[in-house]
Amino acid sequence: MKAIVIDEIYCKGCRLCIMNCRQNVYEISSVRNAKGYLIPTPARIDDCNLCLTCEMICPGMAITVKGDKDEE
Amino acid sequence: MHPLAEKYLRKSSLPTLFCPGCGHGTVLNCFIRAIDDLGIIDGLGLVSGIGCSSWVPVFVNTDVLHTLHGRAIAVATGLKLANPRLHVVVFTGDGDCLGIGGNHFMHAARRNIDMTVLMLDNYIYGMTGGQVAPTTPTDSRTQTSPYGNPEPPVDACKLAVASGATYVARWTTAQPAALVKAMKEAIRHRGFSFIDTISQCPTQAGRYIFANDDPTKLLEVLKTRKISCAQAAKLPEKELQDRIVTGKLFEDNQKQEFVAKMYSLMETAKG
Repeated sequence: MKAIVIDEIYCKGCRLCIMNCRQNVYEISSVRNAKGYLIPTPARIDDCNLCLTCEMICPGMAITVKGDKDEE
Repeated sequence: MHPLAEKYLRKSSLPTLFCPGCGHGTVLNCFIRAIDDLGIIDGLGLVSGIGCSSWVPVFVNTDVLHTLHGRAIAVATGLKLANPRLHVVVFTGDGDCLGIGGNHFMHAARRNIDMTVLMLDNYIYGMTGGQVAPTTPTDSRTQTSPYGNPEPPVDACKLAVASGATYVARWTTAQPAALVKAMKEAIRHRGFSFIDTISQCPTQAGRYIFANDDPTKLLEVLKTRKISCAQAAKLPEKELQDRIVTGKLFEDNQKQEFVAKMYSLMETAKG
């Protein structure tokens, strides 16, 4: 089962995850965190191929991708 | 927060002080992945100078020395000589490493001392307000060059190879998986290893040099400019002027390492 968890405390709304996702999983949401940054949301989670690029590129380490690549 | 961040970072100092979209956060992210894969958190000694880049090791929950501006490599040399079992990793910026600490960098590379230097290169002095750094491209406008920078930039990797470093690589923050792999190789390498990590700075370099403060656009610039060293070898020098040649540029496993030599010398002197 795939899931992407974004920690709102550590996200700074830089959108690097949205831009770097080759499967176009993310979308910017209208939800703001306590500091006023717009938080991305994994809108198309079924398209995720667990490449972990978003996890690695996130400067705040706010993204956790859960799921087993072998199940794919 | 990511489980690795939970495991290796000082939670009291988080979130990081980097601006939104700063590439230094990506380098920190890649670094904790590399040390998790190598399993060396207890044998690490992280040293940094002054600047945005030098804040990267401060978030890692291990032994950290935050030293004077430009003197990170000098302090790291002492640390490595005092305790040769430590994996010494230096985090430094382009101004810190090549400008203010330029001669320490050259001489540590010449000695081939076993340490890893991660130079976070964002083309500018970011923390102090956007002044010209040794890596700032010619003709780019900054706070201290309002009519364009008259100086040509230095190629840090060529300088490292010429000075005698034995592992030299260049990657950008747009290639995080390759960066993790290079960090692991560099830490394992016995000798002076140097990684020039090109990182985006939306606040200073973005606004002044690239006239764009959107981190995604800056990363796009890095992605379009990067070229692998194998491809670059086929192109003439003229076409590589604005390109970032990435990859492992140099490796030599034969050269004498300084700490081993020093300790054998000490044994000889004891008689």
